[in-house]
Amino acid sequence: MEKIRVRKKDLNLFQKTYIPQILQGLGQTFRQMFKPKFTMEYPEVKFEPPSSYRGRPVLVQEPDGKERCVACGLCSRVCPALAIEVRANETDQEKERFPEVFEINMIRCIFCGLCEEVCPEEAIVMSKDYELAFHNREEAIYGKDKLLVPVEKLQDRIDFIRKYK
Amino acid sequence: MNIIPIVIEAIVKILFVLSVTLLTVAYLVYFERRIAAWVQDRLGPNRVGWQGILQPFADVLKLLLKEDIVPTNANKTIHFIAPIISLMVAVSTYAVIPWGPVTEMFGHQIKMVVADVNIGILYVLALTSLGVYGITLAGWSSGSKYSLLGGIRSSAQMISYEVSMGFSIAGVLLVAGSLRPYDIVNSQISTLWNAILQPIGFITFVVSAFAETNRLPFDLPEAEPELVGGYHTEYSSMRFAAFFLAEYANMIIASAMIVTLYLGGWGIPFIDKFALSNSTIFWLSVLAFFIKVGIVLFFFILVRWTIPRFRYDQLMKLGWYVMFPLSILNLIWVSVIIMIFKI
Repeated sequence: MEKIRVRKKDLNLFQKTYIPQILQGLGQTFRQMFKPKFTMEYPEVKFEPPSSYRGRPVLVQEPDGKERCVACGLCSRVCPALAIEVRANETDQEKERFPEVFEINMIRCIFCGLCEEVCPEEAIVMSKDYELAFHNREEAIYGKDKLLVPVEKLQDRIDFIRKYK
Repeated sequence: MNIIPIVIEAIVKILFVLSVTLLTVAYLVYFERRIAAWVQDRLGPNRVGWQGILQPFADVLKLLLKEDIVPTNANKTIHFIAPIISLMVAVSTYAVIPWGPVTEMFGHQIKMVVADVNIGILYVLALTSLGVYGITLAGWSSGSKYSLLGGIRSSAQMISYEVSMGFSIAGVLLVAGSLRPYDIVNSQISTLWNAILQPIGFITFVVSAFAETNRLPFDLPEAEPELVGGYHTEYSSMRFAAFFLAEYANMIIASAMIVTLYLGGWGIPFIDKFALSNSTIFWLSVLAFFIKVGIVLFFFILVRWTIPRFRYDQLMKLGWYVMFPLSILNLIWVSVIIMIFKI
């Protein structure tokens, strides 16, 4: 909208009473009442974040049920909040290393996404999950049981990382 | 003359007025919040009950359960009395506002007003002046600079605007020739609504009513950004609720006064052109009064979310340099009309 500068001397007597302006303003607010609302009624309607959203970090689970992670420990190294703990172990399979323990302390995590950026295997990615509430501190430490998410659910984010890596 | 029917009639009327008032106050707060939200593209409280219809009761329950804190510096007695003055004054003003025409019921002539006094308007003016004490004493007794500033502002503001309010009412009284609210409404029904007959007086009265009730363009006694909460900063729990109720009750009084003095009370224009029975006309009239009050209340709320707050010197300038001369101009205008048309 173009801004029009009006000086007081340009106004006629009727306009100087401010009554038309007040009525105009009242009309504006009245019309505004019937416009669509922006509020999302949260527990019923949930916000679906775009793929650039950095929610809870999760581990990618391959279709065969195993984690993609090779327990290199880079994420743990880079984490500025020291939230990640990885303990590696070995198997006889072709991909021999796997994390025996993988824990993220969700109280410490700052959702910076550095773990995801540094991961050579695309094994840890940021999900769209933002509903993070705990009753106590023990509950806030997420182990592998909570962290593993099937790869199909994370395809959005993986495509997004590939585009910008 | 038997006294019992009169007593029963008075008690029924008082109960009716009190319950209607308190219920309206409760739902006024609810609608204020809903309309505020709608104006701002939000939804507002819609969780407690269907569309949040039980929200007022939840609010009252919350206020009742809160701790009642009295500041150490406060003057305990006055701190205790102030909200009572405010609420009492606000509620007792309803006694003289008529909400329907005289009707025949159970073999009695019944007037739809608690007390049909011949100085009704004077009574309202006196009580609203008394209402200043509640706010000023609350600010003064709290022992806090914010409260004191709020209280002083409110007394200065209400006294200044009472002048233009009084002069606007004088115009109405000239036309009606009486201080009795019933006569004022009847004079409007028989001739013209005062809002059309004296538009300047209508505007000055509405603006003064906004200032008297401390509603938004003139809510300097509260002025959240500068004074925290103004005169009720140091109040909590039910005492705060008393001020809150008084403020909204005052709003309803102001609307009812605007309707009674300027918008023809319960009168519906051209209703005698339709062939309706007396009782239908009576019920329609009562309904019309409440609808008119509702529309004015909606206007009050809409103005709050449209017009920003005045600065203090602007408020005083508007009161003394604009509203006061205008109300006198209106008085002259009305006198001239009476001279010409010999109403």
